[in-house]
Amino acid sequence: MPTNRSPVTRHPSRLAYFPGCAMKDQARSDEVGTLRALALLGYEIEEIPRWNCCGTVYSLAQDDLMRHVGPVRNLVRVQGMGEKRVLTLCAMCYGTLTRSARFVQEPERLKRINAFMDTEDDFRGGIEVVHLLTLLRDEVGYEVLASKVKRSLDGLKVATYYGCVLLRPREFAVDDPERPEVMERVVEAMGGTPTTFPERMECCGAYLTVGRSDIVADRAGRILRSARGGGADVVVTTCPLCQFNLEECRPAGAPLLPVLYLGQILAWAMGEDEPAVAALVAKEPATGKPVSTGV
Amino acid sequence: MNEITVFIMGKGYRVPAGLTIMKAMEYAGYMLNRGCGCRGGYCGACATVYRLPGDYKLYADLACQTPVQDGMYIAQLPFTPAERPEYTLDELKPDGAALLALFPELARCVACNTCTKACPQKLEVMDAVQSCLRGDIPQVAEFTFDCVSCGLCTMRCPAEISHHHVWQLARRLNGAYLTPRAEHVKARVEEIATGKFKGELDKLVTMTKDDLVAAYKARQIEA
Repeated sequence: MPTNRSPVTRHPSRLAYFPGCAMKDQARSDEVGTLRALALLGYEIEEIPRWNCCGTVYSLAQDDLMRHVGPVRNLVRVQGMGEKRVLTLCAMCYGTLTRSARFVQEPERLKRINAFMDTEDDFRGGIEVVHLLTLLRDEVGYEVLASKVKRSLDGLKVATYYGCVLLRPREFAVDDPERPEVMERVVEAMGGTPTTFPERMECCGAYLTVGRSDIVADRAGRILRSARGGGADVVVTTCPLCQFNLEECRPAGAPLLPVLYLGQILAWAMGEDEPAVAALVAKEPATGKPVSTGV
Repeated sequence: MNEITVFIMGKGYRVPAGLTIMKAMEYAGYMLNRGCGCRGGYCGACATVYRLPGDYKLYADLACQTPVQDGMYIAQLPFTPAERPEYTLDELKPDGAALLALFPELARCVACNTCTKACPQKLEVMDAVQSCLRGDIPQVAEFTFDCVSCGLCTMRCPAEISHHHVWQLARRLNGAYLTPRAEHVKARVEEIATGKFKGELDKLVTMTKDDLVAAYKARQIEA
């Protein structure tokens, strides 16, 4: 377990939400299902007014303050809502927002960024960034989650694919960066069987999809073959970019495993209509019990 | 007369207080062949940047809409070079990918908000760029409805986005694909095409001048 997690308020209803661009464009179906599932878990999701791109790729240049203005501006808007934390469903957004929030803990940097953003309120710090996985683990809890499941995945073999940003660098990892288990535990809570595969923490190629899709295709092929080798029926991610790369850059001959966002499966398990998941789990007429079709 | 000093292209002039930058330039003897159009804040031709003494900020506004201040340093930007790629509207889809394919520099936006600060129309320019990135064409069209294409945001943008050309494309896509069709216009065009009004028109065209004047005087108008 990472040691940097700060305690969070329990049993909240209102939750500030930063969607990120992907959730409003290619990954719209991920967002719709996930937000419905979170509503069923008792959350009142409120989208941040007038948010901007998180920056996608965290800038490592120490003197390039301009690159941190975008993520910090989003945190200012969370602050303006009177909230102390913000949810994101995207691994890239989680990475940039969390790391920029840490970056401006240095007073001189924060002072300079605040001076530049002179049309906004000053950022005062103290906003926690929450990812879907940390929310389910630290606030909802696996047991409560299991108790709210209306439809069991009934052993559906799920390859839990983390990618890299959620686990690296180590100090920002949502879980143990060597042996993560949070996604496996969530899948188990929904009645699925997580499968292990060697490539579950490998990079999908990330933003290289823009200029070097050949590299991404190579990565996607390796990850999907590895997942298939572990006996999976479906690959699940919590990152819309990983999902896009595995689906859209899948090379010819790679296993035709469906790649879903975790929230879609969550929504189906909570009783919502999710055709992508329904296609994976066929109902057995005699008992009405869902069984794996082993797509 | 209450006079103040302004510096136009680096040279000082005494001009009456209360003039707009544009009128002050003309008072000082400039003849504006470029960088001057409607004089009413609509055409966007008179983009101007200025600084005030003792203030580190570079301000931007329209010359025809902004009063001069004492000590103002003024420079006009009559034209902003900006790449405008060719496209055929019929071949495009109204989504974010279409905008990014033609204007890939949109993705370089770091949300610094410098564009918004430069906008004389007080538009939420950066939010419009962000709406492009998430493919929300109707939102772009709404944010940029009052854009006068002055180019000040484009001149200030560190990502080198050609904002006003992007907005134009977004509004065209919105109009062509996303807003409801004006069915009554289509019906009327069809009526015209089938010759419904041809008899009336032919009658008017062949009338003598006296008959035409008489018909004009006898026309029914609202009281």
